[in-house]
Amino acid sequence: MWKRPIFWLILAVSALFALLPLWGDNATLRETLILVAVAMILAANLNMMIGYTGYVNFGNVVAYGLGGYIGIYLTTVRGWNLMAAALAAGMAVSLFTLLFGLAILRLRGAYFALATIGVLEAVRAFVSNFPPWGKAAGLYVPFTAYAPLGGAMRAVWLTYFLVVAIFGLSLLVSLLIKNSRFGLALFAIREDEDAAIALGVNAPLYKARIYAISAFLPAVAGALVFFKNGMIDPAGAFDLTISIEAIVMLMLGGQGTVAGAALGAALYELLRNYLLTSPSLSSFHLVIAGALLLIIVLFSPDGIIGWIYRLAPFSRRILE
Amino acid sequence: MSALLEVRGLSKRFGGLLALSQVNFSLAEGEILGLIGPNGAGKTTLFNLLNGAFKPDQGSVVLAGENVTGWPPNQMVRQGLARTHQIVKPLSNLTVLENVTVGACFGRDHLPLKDARKVAREVLEFVGLADRLTLPARSLTIAGKKRLEVARALAAHPRLILLDEVLSGLNPSEVAPMVDLVRLLPERGIAVFIIEHLMQAIMGLSHRIIVLNFGEKIAEGCPEEIAHHPQVIEAYLGDPHIAVRLMESA
Repeated sequence: MWKRPIFWLILAVSALFALLPLWGDNATLRETLILVAVAMILAANLNMMIGYTGYVNFGNVVAYGLGGYIGIYLTTVRGWNLMAAALAAGMAVSLFTLLFGLAILRLRGAYFALATIGVLEAVRAFVSNFPPWGKAAGLYVPFTAYAPLGGAMRAVWLTYFLVVAIFGLSLLVSLLIKNSRFGLALFAIREDEDAAIALGVNAPLYKARIYAISAFLPAVAGALVFFKNGMIDPAGAFDLTISIEAIVMLMLGGQGTVAGAALGAALYELLRNYLLTSPSLSSFHLVIAGALLLIIVLFSPDGIIGWIYRLAPFSRRILE
Repeated sequence: MSALLEVRGLSKRFGGLLALSQVNFSLAEGEILGLIGPNGAGKTTLFNLLNGAFKPDQGSVVLAGENVTGWPPNQMVRQGLARTHQIVKPLSNLTVLENVTVGACFGRDHLPLKDARKVAREVLEFVGLADRLTLPARSLTIAGKKRLEVARALAAHPRLILLDEVLSGLNPSEVAPMVDLVRLLPERGIAVFIIEHLMQAIMGLSHRIIVLNFGEKIAEGCPEEIAHHPQVIEAYLGDPHIAVRLMESA
């Protein structure tokens, strides 16, 4: 894998993300970049479901939100160390997703997509009525929880670096899977699941595996980000809009490609930031996102990356 | 010759329709066995039962000494049974090479990616698609897609291959090479079970032929026996006496 330029590109971009805000202790840039990194984590992991396997998961934000809840619960209520809590969140959410996946992955196409919305709503309803997690009010991180990390200021920087690491890891995992035997099985399932099974691919097993894998890193990221934010509530953690935006990012960048998922996420998130903070356009950000999606679907169904590949064919060798 | 495939009392019902009823036969190693019958006779249903796409209601299938009745298709491939589809199912957006690599990767030998690619190249050379490796499968012609189906099945390194109408939809100049290709398979240690409507081709290819009609086996034997079997002629042409007169006058 280290022979591929994209491998080094991912490392370079991750390093750049980590170093840029350090320059002059730029907190504004850090907050922008952490949002971009989270968007890239969500899009890259969703890409393995939609782009690789062909299963549209509208509940992709569930992993992120559940990870956040488990992380905050373990750190503040149980007094766990942040890293241990984040890892535990990732593993618990992956296990939960695996079990769910074995059930709902029997569905295909639009039925699966609808079921994932059902999962999202069910989890939100459950958490909203779950007393240990504060029901609808959610959980807060008391300031004392940051003390073991050397105070709130250092905790914020620490979580930032960890999130950037997870972003790099998400892209590397995507790349690794794409070029593996496992990835080939997923592509076969995407193209024609019955044909894949007839060719010997154990489709139910591979689908459940990728569903669980694609939940792991978003859950870890969720644990870190919500801990950093200091609070979590069901409406913010399980927001269908975020899931849909992640899908838009993928289509914008080019589903099925590692670089496309990252590029789409970064561009969309930066655009969203600009629109949300611009006084005249702030209420229109979803309108503009929708229009953008329409243009992409009509004129470049394989996203920005597909357009780049057509414009400059040699770029494919660098970015694949 | 020892029996590679042993089928006993195989039955399948779809609601009120008995699609397949008490079918018995066996297939020897190195054999090319033909399967013919009028439309709706249950030929493809029999293939679907053999490769595990459907579960039989009754009966048993034994492949290479293992009772494989009701196994799912992916396990059947591991046991050495590969198939092609009458309606081709290319993995459209993957390249020709990737399509065949899937077959090799998840076939009988469960090869790692690198070895699978090597096997895929060899098989594509054998079926005559070596010059289209990097094209997406969707860009192939029908004849090319049929070859791709065969190549994917062969890449699985099967003991037995089920060919479901690989000649249909091909023009006469495309049929001959495909027939030659099938004829070579027993030499590679692959037994063949083939459904075909093209009588001339299947009569020439098969060592033995089984005839299905309304889900029942009505005849079995070498091609000449089948061609003169009254029940077979009746199944295809209606009244055997009329049929005989028709054939004599022709």
